[in-house]
Amino acid sequence: MTKVSMTVNGKAVSGEVEGRTLLSSFLRDDLHLTGTHVGCDTSQCGACVVHVDGQAVKACTMLAAEADGAEVATIEGMANADGSLSVIQQAFQDHHGLQCGFCTPGMVMSAAALLKEKPKPTEAEVREYLEGNLCRCTGYHNIVKAIMAASGQDVAIAAE
Amino acid sequence: MPKDSGIGASSKRREDVRFLTGAGNYTDDINIIGQAHVYFLRSDIAHGTINAIDTGAAAGMPGVVKIFTGADFEGVGGLPCGWQVTDKHGQPMQEPAHPVIAQGKVRHVGEIVAAVVAETLEQARDAAEAIELDISELPAVVDMKRALADGATKVHDDLTSNLCYDWGFVEENKAATDAAFEAAAHVTKLELVNNRLVANPMEPRVAVGDYSRAGDDHTLYTTSQNPHVIRLLMGAFVLGIPEHKLRVVAPDVGGGFGTKIFHYAEEAFCTFAAKACNRPVKWTSSRSEAFMSDAHGRDHVTTIELALDADNNFTALRTETFANMGAYLSTFAPSVPTWLHGTLMAGNYKTPLIYVNVKAVFTNTVPVDAYRGAGRPEATFQLERVIDKAARELGVDPVALRRQNFVTEFPYATPVAVEYDTGDYVATMDKLEEIGDFSGFAARRAASEANGKLRGLGVNCYIEACGIAPSNLVGQLGARAGLYDAATVRVNATGSISVMVGAHSHGQGHETSFPQVVAEMLGIDESMIDIVHGDSSKIPFGMGTYGSRSIAVCGSAMVRATEKIINKTKKIAAHLLEAAEADIELKDGQFTVAGTDKSVAWGDVTLAAYVPHNYPLEDIEPGLEETAFYDPANFTYPSGAYACEVEIDPETGKVTIERFSAADDFGNIINPMIVTGQVHGGLAQGIGQALLENCAYDENGQLLSASYMDYAMPRADDVPFYEVDHSCQTPCTHNPLGVKGCGEAGAIGSPPSVINAVIDALHSAGHKVDHIDMPATPARVWAAMNG
Repeated sequence: MTKVSMTVNGKAVSGEVEGRTLLSSFLRDDLHLTGTHVGCDTSQCGACVVHVDGQAVKACTMLAAEADGAEVATIEGMANADGSLSVIQQAFQDHHGLQCGFCTPGMVMSAAALLKEKPKPTEAEVREYLEGNLCRCTGYHNIVKAIMAASGQDVAIAAE
Repeated sequence: MPKDSGIGASSKRREDVRFLTGAGNYTDDINIIGQAHVYFLRSDIAHGTINAIDTGAAAGMPGVVKIFTGADFEGVGGLPCGWQVTDKHGQPMQEPAHPVIAQGKVRHVGEIVAAVVAETLEQARDAAEAIELDISELPAVVDMKRALADGATKVHDDLTSNLCYDWGFVEENKAATDAAFEAAAHVTKLELVNNRLVANPMEPRVAVGDYSRAGDDHTLYTTSQNPHVIRLLMGAFVLGIPEHKLRVVAPDVGGGFGTKIFHYAEEAFCTFAAKACNRPVKWTSSRSEAFMSDAHGRDHVTTIELALDADNNFTALRTETFANMGAYLSTFAPSVPTWLHGTLMAGNYKTPLIYVNVKAVFTNTVPVDAYRGAGRPEATFQLERVIDKAARELGVDPVALRRQNFVTEFPYATPVAVEYDTGDYVATMDKLEEIGDFSGFAARRAASEANGKLRGLGVNCYIEACGIAPSNLVGQLGARAGLYDAATVRVNATGSISVMVGAHSHGQGHETSFPQVVAEMLGIDESMIDIVHGDSSKIPFGMGTYGSRSIAVCGSAMVRATEKIINKTKKIAAHLLEAAEADIELKDGQFTVAGTDKSVAWGDVTLAAYVPHNYPLEDIEPGLEETAFYDPANFTYPSGAYACEVEIDPETGKVTIERFSAADDFGNIINPMIVTGQVHGGLAQGIGQALLENCAYDENGQLLSASYMDYAMPRADDVPFYEVDHSCQTPCTHNPLGVKGCGEAGAIGSPPSVINAVIDALHSAGHKVDHIDMPATPARVWAAMNG
C-alpha cells in the first residue's frame, strides 16, 4: 500500500492505496465522490473525466499514486461557492443537455476544460473536443448547444 | 405564447440539479456495510461441454468468501421467458431452460460458468483466474440459415432443432396475398439485414443483493427499467421468494434503451448469494462484460416483396424474416420479431394484404431482445427501403409514391390486426418538406458536387405502436404479464403531493413531466408535487418503462388517481363551504361555489382531510390518497416523416450526415423540451445503426466487437444539429391525456432515410446500387461504388 495525498476540490485529502488503484476508484471508493462515473474499461467513454492540475484527464487512465500532490477537480466541486449551478452546469439544464445523467459529469468537466482553452469555440470545435465523451441519450444536439451557450454564443437552429 | 407551467410547458428538469452536481444515486454508488464483491467467470468459448470445474485452488486464495458453480443452482429455477409465441401450426415455441449459472454446457461467449465472492473485487478476480475449467469445445452455430440446415449442431440437445418458432401472420391472409402477387403489375423484392446492435446505456448494469436474517427479507438494488417486473420474475420463477419478502430498488439508472428491462442472471445471483453468504453481495459490470452479457438487439435477415398495380397502388406485401434469439430466450425476446414487428408492417400505407413469416432461431450468441423500438425499427426499415426501391424501379418520386398510398381515413384497421385511431400522414410529410427545405436540395447537391462530393436525399415515414395493451389482448398473444400501470397520488396534510408511479425514469424526465400533469389538473404549483419511482416497497405496482409507454399508460393511471382526489376534495370543499358538491369548481388551487364569491383554498381542504374536525365523517373517510390502475384500450400510434441528406466522399466511401429533419405526430405533448430531446437521442441511435454500429461474431462464435475500440458508438462529430418538429398533433382518442409516446420514434424512423439517402447519392453519380446493408461503412460504400 502506498500513501497518497492530493487536493480534491480545494480540500487536502490522503489515503492508502494499492499500486494498481486507479484515480477513478480512489475518488469513488475512498473519497466517496461518486459523481465521477465509470462507463467503460478502455478509456473511451469519458464519464470519468476530472481535472488534474487544470488538465482534463480520464480518471480511469491514471493511477491514484500518479496524482500524488496534484490539484484535482471533480464534478462535486463545479458549482458556485453559494451552491448555485455554474455557468456551464446552468447551460446544461437550460438547454436540456442531459437525460440519464450518467455521462454528464464527464461532459461538464470536458466542457469546462474546452472553454478554458478556447473561450469561443465553433460548433465543429465543440464536437471535435467531445470525441472522447460518449453520450447515448441526447444525440449530442443539446450538449453542443449548451456548451455554445455557456461560451456566450447563441445557436440558432431551425425548427426549434 | 408558450406556457410556463403545466401541460405543454417546457419546464426545466428538476432532476438535472443532482446529476449536474455529482449527487445522483446510481446503483454503483450504493455500498452496504459488510458487502462482498462478486466476479463472474464467463465462458470464452461459444459452445462446449463442461467436463469439470476445479475451484479447489481458488477457494484458498486471499479474501475468497465462497465460490459458486452451476451445481449450487441445481433445484433453483431458471430465468423465465415472459412471452410465449404460438407458431403457424398452432404449436407453442420451443423454450429451453435458462440456468443462472451454466449447467452441463456453455452456449455463448460470456455465459457465466462460476462466480467468486470475495472481500474485494480484485481478490475475486484473482481467485477466478485460479479456477480450472475443463470444457470440451463443440462446433458453434452462428449463422441463422446454417443453424436451420439439416444436421446442424443443436444449441440445446433437448430441443428438436434450432428453430424456436415458425410464425405466420396473418396466416389466413397468405393465400390471398400470394394471389395478389400473381396478379401484380409490378413486384419489387429486396433482401436485407437488420444488423445486430448492443444497446450500450452509458451506465453498465449493477446489482447489489442484501439479506436480513431478522425478517428473512431480501433486497435487490439493480439497474432496471421495471423493478416490479424483476421482483415478480425473480421471486416467483427463479428464487421462490414471495413478494412481501423481496424488495427491488432501481434508483437513478443511467439509460436503459430496452436492455435493462430484462431479468438477468446476475440479479438472481446477487440476491441468492446474499443469503447464502449472509452478507451483501455486489456486482458491477465492466463494459467488456456488458458487451457479452447485456441482451443484444435487432439481428434480422429479411426478404421483403411489395406488389403494386398498374397505377402504383400497393396491393400486397410479403416478408420472410429470420430472427436471431441467441442461445437462450431473454425475457421478452419472442415478442419482438412477432407482435412488435408483424403488426407494424402496414406502416403508413393502405396495403390491403400482408403476410409476414418469421423464423426465430437459436444460435451460440448472446440472447437478443428488445432494443429501442424493438421490432418496429426492423419493420420500418424493410418497408421504407422496399418502397424506395420500387419508386426507383418505376421511375416515380419516392415521396409521391408514399403520399399516393397513405392511409388518410381514421380509424383504420390494418390487415395485420391493429387499428390506428388517429394520424395525419399528409400533414407530417408536408411539414417535413418544409423543415427539410426540399426545394433547396438541388442547389445543395450542386454545391456538394462542386466540391467533388456526392449528395443524396432520403425520406421515410414510420408508425410506432406504443403502450402495448390491453392486457386481455396481449394475454391472447402470448404475454405472460399484464400491460397496465399504476399510480398512487398521496396528498399530504399541507397540500404537497407525492405521486408513486409504476413507470421508471432513466433519462426520460418523469420527475419533471409527471408533476406538470397533476399541477395542471389541480391548478397548483409544480414544485408542490414530487414523484416517487423505482422502489417496489414504496409503489403499489408498476410494469415499468419501455415501449414509449410511460405517459400514455402510467400517466393515464396518474390522471385517474388525480381525478379521484379531485372528486374527494370537492366533497370536502362542499362541506366546508356549505354548498352542493355539484356546484364546486376547482381552479388555480381554489375551490369555489359557482356563481358566488365563496371559496376555500387547496391547502385548507387537504388539511381538513387530515385534521377532520369539521368534516363529513359520515360520508367519507379522512385522509387523501388514491390509487388507480390503468389498462389501455389500444396501442397508441405516433407517426412521422423523416429526411436525411448525406454527402459521400467518392475517394473513401465515407458518408457524412449533412442534414436530418424529423416531423413527428406524438398527439398531445406534456413537455416539448423533453420530447425534442427524446427524438434527438433516438436519431443518433438510428444514425449509429445505419452508419457505424455493428455487433460482429466470427464463425466460431467469438464476439469480435466487445469494446468501444471495436464497436463504433456515435460521437458528437458523427451527427449534425437535427431539425425536429412536432407541431402536427392528432391526439390519441382512447387515453385521457391524448398522448401517444415519443421515446423510440427517432430510432425507428431514422435508419431507412439514411440508407435511402446513401443510395440516392450513389445513383446521382451513376452507381446503380440497389442496397447497402447497415452499417454503411466507408468500406461497404466504396465497394458498392467500385463494383
